[in-house]
Amino acid sequence: MIPATLNGYLAIAVALFAIGLVGVLVRRNTLVVFMCLELMLVASTLALVAFSRFNGTMDGNVFVFFILTVAAAEVAVGLAIIVALFRKRQTIQIDQLNTLKH
Amino acid sequence: MGHLLFNVIALFTLIAAVGVVVNKNAVNASLCLLLSLVGVAGLFVGLEAYLLAFLLLLVYAGAIVALFLFIVMLLDTKGDARPTLNRLPAAARVLAVGLVGAGFVSFLTRGRLPEPDLTKVPALGADLKLYAYQLFTTYLLPVQILGFLLLIAMIGVIVLSKKFEGLEDIK
Repeated sequence: MIPATLNGYLAIAVALFAIGLVGVLVRRNTLVVFMCLELMLVASTLALVAFSRFNGTMDGNVFVFFILTVAAAEVAVGLAIIVALFRKRQTIQIDQLNTLKH
Repeated sequence: MGHLLFNVIALFTLIAAVGVVVNKNAVNASLCLLLSLVGVAGLFVGLEAYLLAFLLLLVYAGAIVALFLFIVMLLDTKGDARPTLNRLPAAARVLAVGLVGAGFVSFLTRGRLPEPDLTKVPALGADLKLYAYQLFTTYLLPVQILGFLLLIAMIGVIVLSKKFEGLEDIK
């Protein structure tokens, strides 16, 4: 049992972030990597809201607004890039999209 | 929020998040992402940030996951190969396990932030008026910049998804 304290909320946020990071590292499908990236963003917003609540401040909550907006813009652009990439290369597997690596 | 409810929602969120990582099918992964976001919205409610919980459901669960699902269906990719760590060198694995272990140990032994009594701390996140006040006074410039960012993103998406005639030879 985790207590519903600041430490508890931060532990959940860290765990969520770590799961997202593992997903980014091990998955080979660009779309799923992108989903895991979103998971990491949401984990950071959870930490911000928890800090805001337990310190009685407003700034973290307002910051979540901005993060949500940037995430929405990021998803739109990222998915457009993935679709354009798929049109050109017929694949979205990271293993085969390694032109910049070599 | 009761500790039991907090634990149930937290567990639900984490299990759904693990589902995003381990699911081979991208459609299932995005649905797990949806569940995880619902769990995070529940945690926001526990933190008395009702507006943010609602926005998270609206923007993330409503728009972003729907967009993901749409693209997954559109591209119709074959199932992902099983997630693998095989390509990592042994040194990287040892380093990763060591860092995670050190993080856990430090979290358990000295990771203690001051715990204020929540009944005495005002729940500012529950007050809608405060959001509006902050957004249109202190954070007015960031709001304007965000509007501009959204415009740029929109133009970028249009340029990315448009096919330009006669430019095909430019690689």
